[in-house]
Amino acid sequence: MSALQEKSQVFVAEPFQPESDTVIDCAVNKIYYGDFLAVRDSVVPIEKKKITGFIGPSGCGKSTVLRSLNRMNDLIDIFRFEGSVMYHGQDIYAKKVDPVVVRRYIGMVFQQPNPFSMSIYDNVAFGLRLNKYKGNMDERVETALKHAALWKEVKDKLKNSGLSLSGGQQQRLCIARAVATEPDVLLMDEPCSALDPIATRMVEELMLQLKENYTLALVTHNMQQATRVADTTAFFSVDISQGGRTGYLVEMGPTQQVFEAPRESLTKDYISGQFS
Amino acid sequence: MDDNAQNLIVDSARPTPQLSRKMMEPRALRNTLLTGITWAFAIIASIPLFSVIYMLLARGGSRLFSSGFVEVLTALPPAGLQQGGGFGNAIVGTLVMVLIASAISVPFGLMAAVYLSVLDPQSRLARATRLLTKTMTGFPSILAGVFVYAILVTSFGYSALAGGVALSVLMLPTVVLAAEEAMRQVPQKMKDAAYGMGCTRTQVVTKVVLPTGLPGILTGIMLAIAGAAGESAPLLFTALFSNYHLEHLSGEPAASLSILIYNFSGMPFANQLELAWAASLVLVLIVLAFNIVARLIGTPKI
Repeated sequence: MSALQEKSQVFVAEPFQPESDTVIDCAVNKIYYGDFLAVRDSVVPIEKKKITGFIGPSGCGKSTVLRSLNRMNDLIDIFRFEGSVMYHGQDIYAKKVDPVVVRRYIGMVFQQPNPFSMSIYDNVAFGLRLNKYKGNMDERVETALKHAALWKEVKDKLKNSGLSLSGGQQQRLCIARAVATEPDVLLMDEPCSALDPIATRMVEELMLQLKENYTLALVTHNMQQATRVADTTAFFSVDISQGGRTGYLVEMGPTQQVFEAPRESLTKDYISGQFS
Repeated sequence: MDDNAQNLIVDSARPTPQLSRKMMEPRALRNTLLTGITWAFAIIASIPLFSVIYMLLARGGSRLFSSGFVEVLTALPPAGLQQGGGFGNAIVGTLVMVLIASAISVPFGLMAAVYLSVLDPQSRLARATRLLTKTMTGFPSILAGVFVYAILVTSFGYSALAGGVALSVLMLPTVVLAAEEAMRQVPQKMKDAAYGMGCTRTQVVTKVVLPTGLPGILTGIMLAIAGAAGESAPLLFTALFSNYHLEHLSGEPAASLSILIYNFSGMPFANQLELAWAASLVLVLIVLAFNIVARLIGTPKI
Protein backbone atom coordinates (compact mmCIF):
# COMPACT_ATOMS: atom_id res chain seq x y z
CA MET A 1 0.00 0.00 0.00
CA SER A 2 1.78 3.07 -1.21
CA ALA A 3 -0.65 5.84 -0.35
CA LEU A 4 -1.12 7.49 2.97
CA GLN A 5 -4.10 6.04 4.69
CA GLU A 6 -3.69 7.25 8.22
CA LYS A 7 -6.95 8.07 9.90
CA SER A 8 -6.31 11.77 10.14
CA GLN A 9 -5.64 12.17 6.44
CA VAL A 10 -8.05 11.59 3.57
CA PHE A 11 -6.91 9.29 0.84
CA VAL A 12 -5.81 10.89 -2.41
CA ALA A 13 -4.82 8.78 -5.39
CA GLU A 14 -1.29 8.90 -6.65
CA PRO A 15 -1.26 11.14 -9.68
CA PHE A 16 -1.13 9.31 -12.98
CA GLN A 17 1.39 10.74 -15.41
CA PRO A 18 0.53 9.51 -18.89
CA GLU A 19 3.33 9.00 -21.37
CA SER A 20 1.44 10.33 -24.37
CA ASP A 21 -0.13 13.75 -24.98
CA THR A 22 -3.30 14.64 -23.16
CA VAL A 23 -6.29 16.49 -24.57
CA ILE A 24 -8.09 17.16 -21.32
CA ASP A 25 -6.48 17.58 -17.93
CA CYS A 26 -9.23 17.29 -15.42
CA ALA A 27 -8.42 18.13 -11.84
CA VAL A 28 -11.50 17.88 -9.64
CA ASN A 29 -11.09 19.51 -6.30
CA LYS A 30 -14.68 19.19 -5.20
CA ILE A 31 -18.01 18.68 -6.98
CA TYR A 32 -21.15 19.53 -5.08
CA TYR A 33 -24.84 18.99 -5.71
CA GLY A 34 -26.23 21.59 -3.35
CA ASP A 35 -24.62 20.83 -0.01
CA PHE A 36 -23.87 17.26 -0.99
CA LEU A 37 -20.21 16.60 -1.76
CA ALA A 38 -20.40 14.19 -4.69
CA VAL A 39 -16.78 13.89 -5.78
CA ARG A 40 -13.47 15.05 -4.30
CA ASP A 41 -9.78 15.13 -5.17
CA SER A 42 -9.63 13.36 -8.50
CA VAL A 43 -7.02 14.14 -11.15
CA VAL A 44 -7.97 12.51 -14.42
CA PRO A 45 -5.89 13.17 -17.53
CA ILE A 46 -7.51 12.11 -20.82
CA GLU A 47 -4.97 11.00 -23.39
CA LYS A 48 -5.17 11.90 -27.05
CA LYS A 49 -6.59 9.25 -29.38
CA LYS A 50 -6.92 6.72 -26.63
CA ILE A 51 -9.83 5.30 -24.69
CA THR A 52 -9.92 6.22 -21.04
CA GLY A 53 -12.24 3.99 -19.04
CA PHE A 54 -13.91 5.07 -15.79
CA ILE A 55 -14.91 2.17 -13.55
CA GLY A 56 -16.17 1.85 -10.01
CA PRO A 57 -19.22 0.98 -7.93
CA SER A 58 -22.53 2.85 -8.25
CA GLY A 59 -22.48 6.32 -6.75
CA CYS A 60 -18.71 6.66 -7.01
CA GLY A 61 -19.01 9.77 -9.13
CA LYS A 62 -17.58 8.40 -12.36
CA SER A 63 -20.51 9.69 -14.44
CA THR A 64 -20.45 13.01 -12.62
CA VAL A 65 -16.78 13.46 -13.49
CA LEU A 66 -17.40 12.45 -17.11
CA ARG A 67 -20.30 14.88 -17.47
CA SER A 68 -18.15 17.62 -15.98
CA LEU A 69 -15.78 17.29 -18.91
CA ASN A 70 -18.19 19.02 -21.32
CA ARG A 71 -20.19 20.95 -18.74
CA MET A 72 -23.31 18.80 -19.15
CA ASN A 73 -23.75 19.04 -15.40
CA ASP A 74 -24.38 22.77 -15.77
CA LEU A 75 -27.94 21.83 -16.70
CA ILE A 76 -28.45 20.82 -13.08
CA ASP A 77 -29.08 24.00 -11.12
CA ILE A 78 -27.50 22.89 -7.85
CA PHE A 79 -24.30 21.56 -9.46
CA ARG A 80 -21.08 23.29 -8.36
CA PHE A 81 -17.60 22.49 -9.66
CA GLU A 82 -14.36 23.34 -7.91
CA GLY A 83 -11.15 22.60 -9.74
CA SER A 84 -10.14 22.90 -13.35
CA VAL A 85 -10.66 21.12 -16.64
CA MET A 86 -7.88 22.22 -18.95
CA TYR A 87 -8.68 21.71 -22.62
CA HIS A 88 -6.09 22.97 -25.12
CA GLY A 89 -4.69 25.26 -22.48
CA GLN A 90 -8.05 26.79 -21.49
CA ASP A 91 -10.02 26.02 -18.38
CA ILE A 92 -13.53 25.18 -19.62
CA TYR A 93 -14.86 26.33 -16.26
CA ALA A 94 -13.38 29.81 -16.72
CA LYS A 95 -15.98 32.58 -16.55
CA LYS A 96 -15.58 33.70 -20.15
CA VAL A 97 -16.10 30.20 -21.56
CA ASP A 98 -19.48 29.45 -23.17
CA PRO A 99 -20.55 25.91 -22.20
CA VAL A 100 -22.60 25.62 -25.39
CA VAL A 101 -19.42 26.00 -27.46
CA VAL A 102 -17.52 23.53 -25.26
CA ARG A 103 -20.13 20.87 -26.06
CA ARG A 104 -19.59 21.31 -29.77
CA TYR A 105 -15.95 20.24 -29.35
CA ILE A 106 -16.52 17.64 -26.66
CA GLY A 107 -19.46 15.46 -27.74
CA MET A 108 -21.43 13.02 -25.71
CA VAL A 109 -23.13 9.63 -26.10
CA PHE A 110 -25.61 8.79 -23.38
CA GLN A 111 -26.60 5.68 -21.46
CA GLN A 112 -30.03 5.44 -23.08
CA PRO A 113 -30.09 5.69 -26.88
CA ASN A 114 -31.71 9.08 -27.50
CA PRO A 115 -32.24 9.74 -31.20
CA PHE A 116 -34.40 12.72 -32.07
CA SER A 117 -37.91 12.09 -33.35
CA MET A 118 -36.87 12.80 -36.94
CA SER A 119 -35.48 10.84 -39.88
CA ILE A 120 -32.21 8.92 -39.63
CA TYR A 121 -30.65 11.38 -42.08
CA ASP A 122 -31.83 14.43 -40.13
CA ASN A 123 -30.54 12.92 -36.89
CA VAL A 124 -27.03 12.67 -38.30
CA ALA A 125 -27.24 16.04 -40.07
CA PHE A 126 -28.50 17.75 -36.90
CA GLY A 127 -25.12 18.82 -35.55
CA LEU A 128 -23.86 19.80 -39.00
CA ARG A 129 -26.85 22.07 -39.56
CA LEU A 130 -26.38 23.44 -36.06
CA ASN A 131 -22.83 24.42 -36.98
CA LYS A 132 -24.05 25.83 -40.32
CA TYR A 133 -22.04 23.31 -42.31
CA LYS A 134 -21.89 24.39 -45.96
CA GLY A 135 -20.27 21.43 -47.70
CA ASN A 136 -21.71 18.22 -49.08
CA MET A 137 -24.20 17.16 -46.42
CA ASP A 138 -25.01 13.76 -48.00
CA GLU A 139 -21.35 12.83 -48.01
CA ARG A 140 -20.83 13.79 -44.37
CA VAL A 141 -23.94 11.89 -43.28
CA GLU A 142 -22.77 8.81 -45.15
CA THR A 143 -19.27 9.04 -43.67
CA ALA A 144 -20.63 9.43 -40.16
CA LEU A 145 -22.96 6.46 -40.56
CA LYS A 146 -20.07 4.39 -41.94
CA HIS A 147 -17.90 5.39 -38.98
CA ALA A 148 -20.68 4.24 -36.71
CA ALA A 149 -20.94 0.90 -38.58
CA LEU A 150 -24.59 1.58 -39.36
CA TRP A 151 -24.49 2.58 -43.02
CA LYS A 152 -25.17 -0.88 -44.48
CA GLU A 153 -28.24 -1.35 -42.31
CA VAL A 154 -29.87 2.02 -42.97
CA LYS A 155 -28.68 3.21 -46.37
CA ASP A 156 -32.01 2.32 -48.00
CA LYS A 157 -34.16 3.89 -45.30
CA LEU A 158 -32.53 7.18 -44.42
CA LYS A 159 -35.96 8.84 -44.51
CA ASN A 160 -37.37 6.54 -41.81
CA SER A 161 -37.65 7.80 -38.26
CA GLY A 162 -34.61 7.27 -36.06
CA LEU A 163 -37.01 5.88 -33.46
CA SER A 164 -37.95 2.98 -35.77
CA LEU A 165 -34.52 1.38 -35.30
CA SER A 166 -33.67 -1.26 -32.71
CA GLY A 167 -31.95 -0.23 -29.47
CA GLY A 168 -28.48 -1.17 -30.67
CA GLN A 169 -29.00 0.59 -33.99
CA GLN A 170 -30.33 3.66 -32.18
CA GLN A 171 -27.20 3.81 -30.06
CA ARG A 172 -25.00 3.56 -33.15
CA LEU A 173 -27.14 6.28 -34.73
CA CYS A 174 -26.43 8.46 -31.70
CA ILE A 175 -22.72 7.76 -32.13
CA ALA A 176 -23.01 8.67 -35.82
CA ARG A 177 -24.79 11.88 -34.83
CA ALA A 178 -22.03 12.68 -32.35
CA VAL A 179 -19.14 11.98 -34.74
CA ALA A 180 -20.74 13.74 -37.74
CA THR A 181 -19.49 17.09 -36.51
CA GLU A 182 -16.04 15.56 -35.92
CA PRO A 183 -15.72 16.53 -32.30
CA ASP A 184 -12.33 16.48 -30.65
CA VAL A 185 -13.38 14.28 -27.77
CA LEU A 186 -16.29 11.87 -27.37
CA LEU A 187 -17.62 11.21 -23.88
CA MET A 188 -19.56 7.97 -23.52
CA ASP A 189 -21.67 7.47 -20.42
CA GLU A 190 -22.33 3.72 -20.14
CA PRO A 191 -23.21 3.53 -23.85
CA CYS A 192 -23.83 -0.23 -23.77
CA SER A 193 -25.83 -0.65 -20.59
CA ALA A 194 -29.15 -0.67 -22.46
CA LEU A 195 -27.90 -2.98 -25.21
CA ASP A 196 -27.84 -6.73 -25.72
CA PRO A 197 -24.48 -8.56 -25.95
CA ILE A 198 -24.37 -8.53 -29.75
CA ALA A 199 -25.08 -4.82 -29.99
CA THR A 200 -22.57 -4.24 -27.17
CA ARG A 201 -19.93 -6.10 -29.16
CA MET A 202 -20.60 -3.91 -32.20
CA VAL A 203 -20.40 -0.69 -30.20
CA GLU A 204 -17.16 -1.86 -28.58
CA GLU A 205 -15.61 -2.64 -31.95
CA LEU A 206 -16.78 0.76 -33.06
CA MET A 207 -15.04 2.45 -30.13
CA LEU A 208 -11.77 0.76 -31.08
CA GLN A 209 -12.15 2.07 -34.63
CA LEU A 210 -13.12 5.54 -33.47
CA LYS A 211 -10.00 6.00 -31.38
CA GLU A 212 -7.96 6.26 -34.56
CA ASN A 213 -9.57 9.66 -35.08
CA TYR A 214 -11.04 10.67 -31.76
CA THR A 215 -10.24 10.79 -28.10
CA LEU A 216 -12.71 8.76 -26.07
CA ALA A 217 -13.66 8.70 -22.43
CA LEU A 218 -15.93 5.85 -21.36
CA VAL A 219 -17.87 5.23 -18.19
CA THR A 220 -18.73 1.57 -17.76
CA HIS A 221 -20.19 -0.70 -15.12
CA ASN A 222 -18.76 -3.65 -16.94
CA MET A 223 -15.16 -4.39 -15.98
CA GLN A 224 -14.71 -6.80 -18.87
CA GLN A 225 -15.66 -3.98 -21.18
CA ALA A 226 -12.96 -1.79 -19.67
CA THR A 227 -10.35 -4.52 -20.18
CA ARG A 228 -11.53 -5.03 -23.76
CA VAL A 229 -11.48 -1.44 -24.95
CA ALA A 230 -9.82 0.96 -22.50
CA ASP A 231 -6.15 1.88 -22.84
CA THR A 232 -6.14 3.65 -19.52
CA THR A 233 -8.44 2.93 -16.60
CA ALA A 234 -9.47 5.15 -13.74
CA PHE A 235 -10.96 3.40 -10.75
CA PHE A 236 -13.28 5.44 -8.51
CA SER A 237 -14.73 4.45 -5.19
CA VAL A 238 -17.16 5.79 -2.62
CA ASP A 239 -16.04 7.17 0.69
CA ILE A 240 -18.73 6.66 3.33
CA SER A 241 -16.43 7.27 6.30
CA GLN A 242 -17.51 10.88 6.85
CA GLY A 243 -21.22 10.16 6.77
CA GLY A 244 -21.72 11.24 3.16
CA ARG A 245 -21.31 9.29 -0.04
CA THR A 246 -18.42 11.03 -1.66
CA GLY A 247 -16.76 9.56 -4.72
CA TYR A 248 -13.05 9.87 -5.37
CA LEU A 249 -10.36 8.52 -7.65
CA VAL A 250 -8.54 5.54 -6.14
CA GLU A 251 -6.16 4.57 -8.87
CA MET A 252 -5.46 5.38 -12.47
CA GLY A 253 -3.06 3.81 -14.88
CA PRO A 254 -2.67 1.67 -17.97
CA THR A 255 -5.57 -0.78 -18.05
CA GLN A 256 -3.36 -3.85 -17.89
CA GLN A 257 -1.53 -2.58 -14.85
CA VAL A 258 -4.73 -1.59 -13.05
CA PHE A 259 -6.30 -4.99 -13.60
CA GLU A 260 -3.25 -7.23 -13.24
CA ALA A 261 -1.17 -5.39 -10.69
CA PRO A 262 -3.32 -2.87 -8.87
CA ARG A 263 -1.43 -0.65 -6.47
CA GLU A 264 -4.34 -0.19 -4.07
CA SER A 265 -6.06 -2.93 -2.13
CA LEU A 266 -9.44 -1.26 -2.83
CA THR A 267 -8.88 -1.67 -6.54
CA LYS A 268 -7.80 -5.25 -6.10
CA ASP A 269 -10.91 -6.07 -4.06
CA TYR A 270 -13.20 -4.44 -6.57
CA ILE A 271 -11.82 -6.09 -9.68
CA SER A 272 -11.69 -9.47 -8.01
CA GLY A 273 -15.31 -9.07 -6.97
CA GLN A 274 -14.74 -8.60 -3.23
CA PHE A 275 -16.76 -5.59 -2.20
CA SER A 276 -16.39 -4.18 1.21
CA MET B 1 -35.90 -28.29 2.95
CA ASP B 2 -36.98 -31.49 4.64
CA ASP B 3 -39.83 -29.74 6.42
CA ASN B 4 -41.14 -28.45 3.14
CA ALA B 5 -40.96 -31.84 1.53
CA GLN B 6 -43.17 -33.29 4.22
CA ASN B 7 -45.78 -30.56 3.68
CA LEU B 8 -46.11 -31.19 -0.03
CA ILE B 9 -49.23 -33.02 -1.19
CA VAL B 10 -48.51 -36.43 -2.51
CA ASP B 11 -49.32 -36.53 -6.24
CA SER B 12 -51.92 -39.29 -5.89
CA ALA B 13 -53.84 -37.22 -3.33
CA ARG B 14 -53.98 -34.12 -5.59
CA PRO B 15 -57.49 -33.67 -7.12
CA THR B 16 -57.75 -33.35 -10.88
CA PRO B 17 -58.11 -29.60 -11.70
CA GLN B 18 -61.55 -28.65 -13.01
CA LEU B 19 -60.85 -26.22 -15.88
CA SER B 20 -64.23 -26.10 -17.62
CA ARG B 21 -66.23 -22.84 -17.61
CA LYS B 22 -68.99 -22.60 -15.01
CA MET B 23 -71.54 -20.02 -16.15
CA MET B 24 -73.70 -20.21 -13.05
CA GLU B 25 -71.00 -19.52 -10.51
CA PRO B 26 -71.66 -16.21 -8.63
CA ARG B 27 -68.28 -14.91 -9.82
CA ALA B 28 -69.08 -15.55 -13.48
CA LEU B 29 -72.60 -14.13 -13.12
CA ARG B 30 -71.30 -10.94 -11.55
CA ASN B 31 -68.79 -10.62 -14.35
CA THR B 32 -71.44 -10.99 -17.04
CA LEU B 33 -73.81 -8.60 -15.31
CA LEU B 34 -71.24 -5.81 -14.86
CA THR B 35 -69.99 -6.18 -18.42
CA GLY B 36 -73.60 -5.87 -19.60
CA ILE B 37 -74.15 -2.74 -17.51
CA THR B 38 -71.06 -1.00 -18.93
CA TRP B 39 -72.27 -1.84 -22.44
CA ALA B 40 -75.70 -0.43 -21.69
CA PHE B 41 -74.34 2.82 -20.28
CA ALA B 42 -71.92 3.25 -23.16
CA ILE B 43 -74.87 2.99 -25.54
CA ILE B 44 -77.08 5.30 -23.48
CA ALA B 45 -74.27 7.89 -23.32
CA SER B 46 -74.05 8.04 -27.09
CA ILE B 47 -77.83 8.34 -27.65
CA PRO B 48 -77.91 12.17 -27.33
CA LEU B 49 -75.07 12.57 -29.82
CA PHE B 50 -76.64 10.28 -32.39
CA SER B 51 -80.11 11.72 -31.95
CA VAL B 52 -78.77 15.26 -32.46
CA ILE B 53 -76.92 14.22 -35.59
CA TYR B 54 -79.98 12.34 -36.84
CA MET B 55 -82.20 15.35 -36.26
CA LEU B 56 -79.77 17.73 -37.94
CA LEU B 57 -79.48 15.47 -40.95
CA ALA B 58 -83.23 14.93 -41.17
CA ARG B 59 -84.28 18.55 -40.80
CA GLY B 60 -81.24 20.47 -42.05
CA GLY B 61 -80.21 17.96 -44.69
CA SER B 62 -83.24 18.49 -46.90
CA ARG B 63 -82.23 22.09 -47.57
CA LEU B 64 -78.47 21.55 -47.59
CA PHE B 65 -78.32 18.46 -49.80
CA SER B 66 -80.72 19.77 -52.42
CA SER B 67 -80.10 21.39 -55.77
CA GLY B 68 -80.13 24.79 -54.10
CA PHE B 69 -77.15 24.09 -51.86
CA VAL B 70 -74.90 26.63 -53.59
CA GLU B 71 -77.41 29.36 -52.79
CA VAL B 72 -77.68 28.16 -49.18
CA LEU B 73 -73.92 28.25 -48.72
CA THR B 74 -73.31 31.58 -50.45
CA ALA B 75 -76.40 33.81 -50.48
CA LEU B 76 -77.28 36.43 -47.85
CA PRO B 77 -79.92 35.66 -45.19
CA PRO B 78 -83.48 36.31 -46.37
CA ALA B 79 -85.63 39.00 -44.78
CA GLY B 80 -89.11 38.42 -43.34
CA LEU B 81 -91.34 36.49 -45.71
CA GLN B 82 -88.75 36.34 -48.49
CA GLN B 83 -88.12 32.87 -49.94
CA GLY B 84 -84.73 31.28 -50.68
CA GLY B 85 -81.56 32.88 -49.42
CA GLY B 86 -78.77 31.33 -47.41
CA PHE B 87 -76.04 32.11 -44.91
CA GLY B 88 -72.82 32.61 -46.89
CA ASN B 89 -71.93 35.68 -44.85
CA ALA B 90 -72.30 33.74 -41.61
CA ILE B 91 -69.97 30.94 -42.75
CA VAL B 92 -67.37 33.53 -43.79
CA GLY B 93 -67.90 35.43 -40.54
CA THR B 94 -67.43 32.35 -38.36
CA LEU B 95 -64.30 31.28 -40.22
CA VAL B 96 -62.82 34.80 -40.16
CA MET B 97 -63.43 35.23 -36.44
CA VAL B 98 -61.98 31.81 -35.67
CA LEU B 99 -58.94 32.76 -37.75
CA ILE B 100 -58.51 36.02 -35.83
CA ALA B 101 -58.89 34.13 -32.55
CA SER B 102 -56.24 31.59 -33.61
CA ALA B 103 -53.87 34.33 -34.76
CA ILE B 104 -54.02 35.76 -31.25
CA SER B 105 -54.24 32.67 -29.06
CA VAL B 106 -51.76 30.38 -30.83
CA PRO B 107 -48.62 32.57 -30.53
CA PHE B 108 -49.48 33.64 -26.97
CA GLY B 109 -50.42 30.09 -26.02
CA LEU B 110 -47.28 28.54 -27.50
CA MET B 111 -44.96 31.04 -25.83
CA ALA B 112 -46.65 30.49 -22.48
CA ALA B 113 -46.48 26.71 -22.96
CA VAL B 114 -42.74 26.88 -23.75
CA TYR B 115 -42.20 28.77 -20.53
CA LEU B 116 -44.35 26.34 -18.53
CA SER B 117 -42.89 23.15 -19.94
CA VAL B 118 -39.24 23.92 -20.69
CA LEU B 119 -37.91 27.18 -19.33
CA ASP B 120 -39.01 27.15 -15.73
CA PRO B 121 -41.71 24.54 -15.01
CA GLN B 122 -41.47 24.75 -11.23
CA SER B 123 -41.23 28.51 -10.72
CA ARG B 124 -43.87 30.39 -8.77
CA LEU B 125 -44.94 32.23 -11.93
CA ALA B 126 -45.35 28.92 -13.77
CA ARG B 127 -47.46 27.44 -10.99
CA ALA B 128 -49.67 30.52 -10.80
CA THR B 129 -50.07 30.58 -14.58
CA ARG B 130 -50.97 26.90 -14.67
CA LEU B 131 -53.61 27.34 -11.97
CA LEU B 132 -55.12 30.39 -13.66
CA THR B 133 -55.10 28.69 -17.05
CA LYS B 134 -56.89 25.65 -15.66
CA THR B 135 -59.45 27.93 -14.06
CA MET B 136 -59.85 29.73 -17.38
CA THR B 137 -60.86 26.49 -19.14
CA GLY B 138 -64.09 26.64 -17.17
CA PHE B 139 -64.51 30.37 -17.77
CA PRO B 140 -68.15 31.14 -18.64
CA SER B 141 -68.09 32.03 -22.31
CA ILE B 142 -70.59 34.87 -21.91
CA LEU B 143 -68.16 36.60 -19.55
CA ALA B 144 -65.51 36.53 -22.29
CA GLY B 145 -68.05 38.44 -24.40
CA VAL B 146 -68.82 40.94 -21.65
CA PHE B 147 -65.09 41.43 -21.02
CA VAL B 148 -64.36 42.26 -24.65
CA TYR B 149 -67.52 44.38 -24.81
CA ALA B 150 -66.10 46.49 -21.99
CA ILE B 151 -62.58 46.89 -23.39
CA LEU B 152 -63.26 47.07 -27.15
CA VAL B 153 -66.91 47.40 -28.14
CA THR B 154 -67.72 50.41 -25.95
CA SER B 155 -65.04 52.42 -27.77
CA PHE B 156 -64.91 50.92 -31.26
CA GLY B 157 -68.32 49.31 -31.75
CA TYR B 158 -69.28 45.80 -32.80
CA SER B 159 -66.87 44.09 -35.20
CA ALA B 160 -65.45 40.79 -36.39
CA LEU B 161 -62.21 41.80 -34.67
CA ALA B 162 -63.94 42.11 -31.29
CA GLY B 163 -65.61 38.73 -31.90
CA GLY B 164 -62.23 37.18 -32.68
CA VAL B 165 -60.69 38.64 -29.52
CA ALA B 166 -63.55 37.23 -27.42
CA LEU B 167 -63.08 33.78 -28.96
CA SER B 168 -59.32 33.99 -28.40
CA VAL B 169 -59.92 34.45 -24.67
CA LEU B 170 -61.76 31.13 -24.73
CA MET B 171 -59.19 29.37 -26.95
CA LEU B 172 -56.11 30.47 -25.04
CA PRO B 173 -56.31 28.10 -22.03
CA THR B 174 -56.97 25.06 -24.23
CA VAL B 175 -53.99 25.92 -26.44
CA VAL B 176 -51.69 26.57 -23.46
CA LEU B 177 -52.56 23.38 -21.62
CA ALA B 178 -52.48 21.13 -24.69
CA ALA B 179 -49.18 22.58 -25.91
CA GLU B 180 -47.63 22.36 -22.44
CA GLU B 181 -48.66 18.73 -22.13
CA ALA B 182 -47.36 17.92 -25.62
CA MET B 183 -43.99 19.55 -24.93
CA ARG B 184 -43.73 17.95 -21.51
CA GLN B 185 -44.08 14.56 -23.22
CA VAL B 186 -40.79 15.19 -25.06
CA PRO B 187 -38.38 12.90 -23.16
CA GLN B 188 -35.65 14.53 -21.09
CA LYS B 189 -33.09 12.29 -22.78
CA MET B 190 -33.93 13.89 -26.12
CA LYS B 191 -33.35 17.35 -24.65
CA ASP B 192 -30.10 16.12 -23.09
CA ALA B 193 -29.00 14.89 -26.51
CA ALA B 194 -29.66 18.33 -27.96
CA TYR B 195 -27.72 20.08 -25.18
CA GLY B 196 -24.94 17.52 -25.65
CA MET B 197 -24.72 18.46 -29.33
CA GLY B 198 -24.08 22.05 -28.31
CA CYS B 199 -27.56 23.54 -28.62
CA THR B 200 -28.47 26.71 -26.80
CA ARG B 201 -31.71 26.59 -24.84
CA THR B 202 -33.51 28.41 -27.66
CA GLN B 203 -32.23 25.84 -30.15
CA VAL B 204 -33.32 22.98 -27.91
CA VAL B 205 -36.84 24.45 -27.98
CA THR B 206 -37.03 25.32 -31.68
CA LYS B 207 -35.16 22.33 -33.09
CA VAL B 208 -36.21 19.52 -30.78
CA VAL B 209 -39.01 20.28 -28.32
CA LEU B 210 -41.41 22.10 -30.67
CA PRO B 211 -41.02 19.72 -33.66
CA THR B 212 -41.30 16.64 -31.43
CA GLY B 213 -44.37 17.98 -29.64
CA LEU B 214 -45.94 19.33 -32.84
CA PRO B 215 -48.63 16.65 -33.36
CA GLY B 216 -49.91 17.17 -29.83
CA ILE B 217 -49.73 20.93 -30.14
CA LEU B 218 -51.69 20.90 -33.42
CA THR B 219 -54.30 18.60 -31.90
CA GLY B 220 -54.77 21.06 -29.06
CA ILE B 221 -55.08 23.99 -31.46
CA MET B 222 -57.63 22.14 -33.61
CA LEU B 223 -59.74 21.20 -30.60
CA ALA B 224 -59.62 24.81 -29.38
CA ILE B 225 -60.72 25.99 -32.83
CA ALA B 226 -63.54 23.45 -32.92
CA GLY B 227 -64.72 24.69 -29.55
CA ALA B 228 -64.52 28.34 -30.53
CA ALA B 229 -66.34 27.83 -33.85
CA GLY B 230 -69.46 26.70 -32.04
CA GLU B 231 -69.53 29.52 -29.48
CA SER B 232 -72.42 31.96 -29.58
CA ALA B 233 -72.59 33.77 -26.23
CA PRO B 234 -69.32 35.72 -26.57
CA LEU B 235 -70.32 36.85 -30.07
CA LEU B 236 -73.62 38.36 -28.91
CA PHE B 237 -71.71 41.12 -27.17
CA THR B 238 -68.91 41.58 -29.66
CA ALA B 239 -69.71 40.78 -33.28
CA LEU B 240 -73.50 41.01 -33.00
CA PHE B 241 -74.91 40.04 -36.39
CA SER B 242 -75.12 41.39 -39.88
CA ASN B 243 -77.30 40.60 -42.87
CA TYR B 244 -74.56 41.66 -45.26
CA HIS B 245 -71.22 40.28 -46.41
CA LEU B 246 -68.20 40.99 -44.28
CA GLU B 247 -66.23 43.89 -45.75
CA HIS B 248 -64.19 45.27 -42.87
CA LEU B 249 -62.78 43.56 -39.83
CA SER B 250 -63.58 46.53 -37.65
CA GLY B 251 -66.25 49.20 -37.55
CA GLU B 252 -69.14 46.99 -38.63
CA PRO B 253 -70.99 44.05 -37.02
CA ALA B 254 -70.23 40.63 -38.45
CA ALA B 255 -72.41 37.59 -39.05
CA SER B 256 -71.71 34.17 -37.57
CA LEU B 257 -73.37 30.78 -37.89
CA SER B 258 -74.15 30.42 -34.21
CA ILE B 259 -75.90 33.81 -33.96
CA LEU B 260 -77.74 33.16 -37.23
CA ILE B 261 -79.05 29.89 -35.77
CA TYR B 262 -80.10 31.75 -32.63
CA ASN B 263 -81.87 34.49 -34.60
CA PHE B 264 -83.59 32.31 -37.18
CA SER B 265 -84.70 29.55 -34.83
CA GLY B 266 -86.94 32.04 -33.02
CA MET B 267 -88.65 33.29 -36.18
CA PRO B 268 -92.19 32.34 -37.20
CA PHE B 269 -91.26 31.78 -40.89
CA ALA B 270 -90.76 28.29 -42.32
CA ASN B 271 -87.96 29.40 -44.67
CA GLN B 272 -85.86 30.86 -41.84
CA LEU B 273 -86.47 27.82 -39.63
CA GLU B 274 -85.28 25.56 -42.39
CA LEU B 275 -82.18 27.69 -42.87
CA ALA B 276 -81.51 27.57 -39.11
CA TRP B 277 -81.50 23.76 -39.30
CA ALA B 278 -79.24 23.78 -42.33
CA ALA B 279 -76.86 26.25 -40.63
CA SER B 280 -76.77 23.99 -37.56
CA LEU B 281 -75.76 21.08 -39.73
CA VAL B 282 -73.04 23.15 -41.44
CA LEU B 283 -71.71 24.28 -38.06
CA VAL B 284 -71.55 20.71 -36.76
CA LEU B 285 -69.81 19.63 -39.95
CA ILE B 286 -67.22 22.41 -39.54
CA VAL B 287 -66.57 21.40 -35.92
CA LEU B 288 -66.43 17.75 -36.98
CA ALA B 289 -63.94 18.57 -39.73
CA PHE B 290 -61.60 20.30 -37.27
CA ASN B 291 -61.89 17.35 -34.90
CA ILE B 292 -61.07 14.87 -37.64
CA VAL B 293 -58.05 16.94 -38.69
CA ALA B 294 -56.98 17.01 -35.04
CA ARG B 295 -57.21 13.22 -34.81
CA LEU B 296 -55.27 12.77 -38.04
CA ILE B 297 -52.33 14.98 -37.05
CA GLY B 298 -52.41 13.76 -33.48
CA THR B 299 -51.72 10.16 -34.43
CA PRO B 300 -48.03 9.55 -33.79
CA LYS B 301 -46.09 8.43 -36.82
CA ILE B 302 -43.08 6.15 -36.50
